[in-house]
Amino acid sequence: MAEFTLPRNSKVRRGKTHPAPKGAKRSKEFAVYRWSPDTDENPRLDEYTIDLDQCGPMVLDALIHIKDDVDSTLTFRRSCREGICGSCAMNIDGTNTLACLKPIDEVKGTVKVYPLPHMPVVKDLVPDLTHIYAQYTSIQPWLQSQTGAPPDRERLQAPDERKKLDGLYECILCFCCSTSCPSYWWSGDRYLGPAILLQAYRWLVDSRDEMTGERLDALEDPFRLYRCHTIMNCAKTCPKGLNPGKAIAEIKKMMVARV
Amino acid sequence: MAVRERPLSPHLQIYRPQITSVLSILHRLTGVALGVGTIVLVWWLVAAAVGPDAFEGAQGFLGSVFGYLILFGWSWALFYHLCNGIRHLVWDAGWGFDLDVLAKTGWLTVGASVALTVLAWIIGLASMGG
Repeated sequence: MAEFTLPRNSKVRRGKTHPAPKGAKRSKEFAVYRWSPDTDENPRLDEYTIDLDQCGPMVLDALIHIKDDVDSTLTFRRSCREGICGSCAMNIDGTNTLACLKPIDEVKGTVKVYPLPHMPVVKDLVPDLTHIYAQYTSIQPWLQSQTGAPPDRERLQAPDERKKLDGLYECILCFCCSTSCPSYWWSGDRYLGPAILLQAYRWLVDSRDEMTGERLDALEDPFRLYRCHTIMNCAKTCPKGLNPGKAIAEIKKMMVARV
Repeated sequence: MAVRERPLSPHLQIYRPQITSVLSILHRLTGVALGVGTIVLVWWLVAAAVGPDAFEGAQGFLGSVFGYLILFGWSWALFYHLCNGIRHLVWDAGWGFDLDVLAKTGWLTVGASVALTVLAWIIGLASMGG
């Protein structure tokens, strides 16, 4: 059942204010979600005013600057800083994206930074991804075949068959899409969500995979697949420009076609 | 140390309304409104079957300014739900998922529903007058 409000322990309070450094010429305000498991306090929104001359152009640069020079307790995931690892996925200025790909000057006024929406929070901007990784495991994301591999070469794929994987294989599992989906917010315990279903489709259309029927059987469920109501927040927010909603529609078409 | 229960990160409270999600929730809301409107329609028909006094009461309410407002809203809900329903049908066929197309068909749905509502009322009021 959908709960539209936050539980009592999750309501966000006002936090600390960190003023701009002296002599800052290009100051910018950041409001960042904070929560620590080590205290009994509710989550809070800390305000940092920083000098943009002291950091790079992206929101991730600002977060790293804050952690290095202002407040070392700030916790977030990051790795590649070029949109290929998916670690720094978070909610910036009201939509989900990768902090490393989001230019600060795209945001008017205060830059509000929250963890990915409707997820359990481990600390600050770090969501607990255990459940969604388990959902990923559930679709068996690897090539499965029944016929043996050719003894002298790889399993070949024609160029037009390979082309079907374009727009799917680029997914980096950052989960911006799944956590932007209201249907996943309300039914994420059983609905697989856009990220996982796009992955499911990636294996369904792979010409080398021979378990298509079994894969469709596993998705034939009122919740796992059919909680997608084509809201399309997923495609709107994907930082890689992919379209999970379309992939889900293709799965639904496959379901109809095989009956 | 005991592990504290993890808080749930904010969702509806902080997610910026998107053209995609707003039109989607409107589809759901207009669907509910159509359900309620159908009950009003049944009430009107039952009143007509019961007799002149009951019918006059129902007709008086629906003919009032408030009644007209409700009917106008109901007719818009009908046309929005119809237009967006067609949009859903096209999606189910696998078309119209590109971001620019999503925005275009979305605004087209809004525009068409308003235009059809106004048109229906012009025709309705004109035929009542005539």
